[in-house]
Amino acid sequence: MYNPYSLEGKTILITGASSGIGRATAIECSKLGARCIITARNQERLQQTLNQLEGDGHIQIFADLTKKDELENLINQTPKIDGLVNSAGIVYSKPITFIKQDDLDKIFSINTYAPIILTKSLIKQKKINKRGSIVIISSIASDTQTPGNTIYGMAKSALACFTRYCALELAQNKIRVNSIHPGMINTEMTANICISKEEIEIDKNTYPLKRYGEPQEIAWAIIYLLSDASSFVTGSKLTIDGGKSLI
Amino acid sequence: MDINEFITHFAEQFEETELSEFKPETKFKELDEYCSLIALKLIAMVDEEYDITIKGNDIRNSNTIEDLFNIVKNKE
Repeated sequence: MYNPYSLEGKTILITGASSGIGRATAIECSKLGARCIITARNQERLQQTLNQLEGDGHIQIFADLTKKDELENLINQTPKIDGLVNSAGIVYSKPITFIKQDDLDKIFSINTYAPIILTKSLIKQKKINKRGSIVIISSIASDTQTPGNTIYGMAKSALACFTRYCALELAQNKIRVNSIHPGMINTEMTANICISKEEIEIDKNTYPLKRYGEPQEIAWAIIYLLSDASSFVTGSKLTIDGGKSLI
Repeated sequence: MDINEFITHFAEQFEETELSEFKPETKFKELDEYCSLIALKLIAMVDEEYDITIKGNDIRNSNTIEDLFNIVKNKE
């Protein structure tokens, strides 16, 4: 069957695969024929993701990407891959006057430094095949502001910037790099943002499509960027937010 | 410092160029793949592998790989 979005024959490494966008991406990639290398900290939830993958040959590697030895182990165990999805990340809310150095260190370590060091190390060890694709999950928070979201927004903004530089430098290796900027997506992560149910309904109404997105709706865009259908796309930013950034 | 080892590190900064192209007498700026990014990679490689700082001038003043090797060696 004709399908330019097929991932048949491709091996894809997905971080943050134990929940949310990372999990949905792993499942959808497997349905399109990819062999998935999935990684996360939580062993039980990562196993649940592995159980939901279609096809054979998938591998799970437990790693806390902020721990040097665990990151090194992940890099060493990762076979040659055709795609990398940097999906691991956390949300964090703190008004500016309450920000501490430790908050900055923690959020930037997980959301920014870890994907940068992982990407760099895989390239340096030549683990990403020519014509490979790297997808970085940024956020609309990288260039729209909501109160309290400063550190998260800055960390995601840094990732978006990294994407552009990475796309330029890795063109030499014929590797493409793009970022995805989701609005609010129904995941465990966003469910933990402490606002009331009423506030969530009000917030949903600020989206022109009057709802939050589903993880699969981000996964399908990631698949486009991993597949050969996007072979001329690099350094681009794909916003998926139900129109939120229009207003 | 060993020139063969230096050439190996030098070649690692290139993606397309055949390994056999890298010799002490190779005029590296004439390689099709050579560009400003590779110049930056060479400077970073010398820092990482030899803990020696070279600058754009040093690249500019080198024609062959051996020229650059000698500049690095003299800074040891």
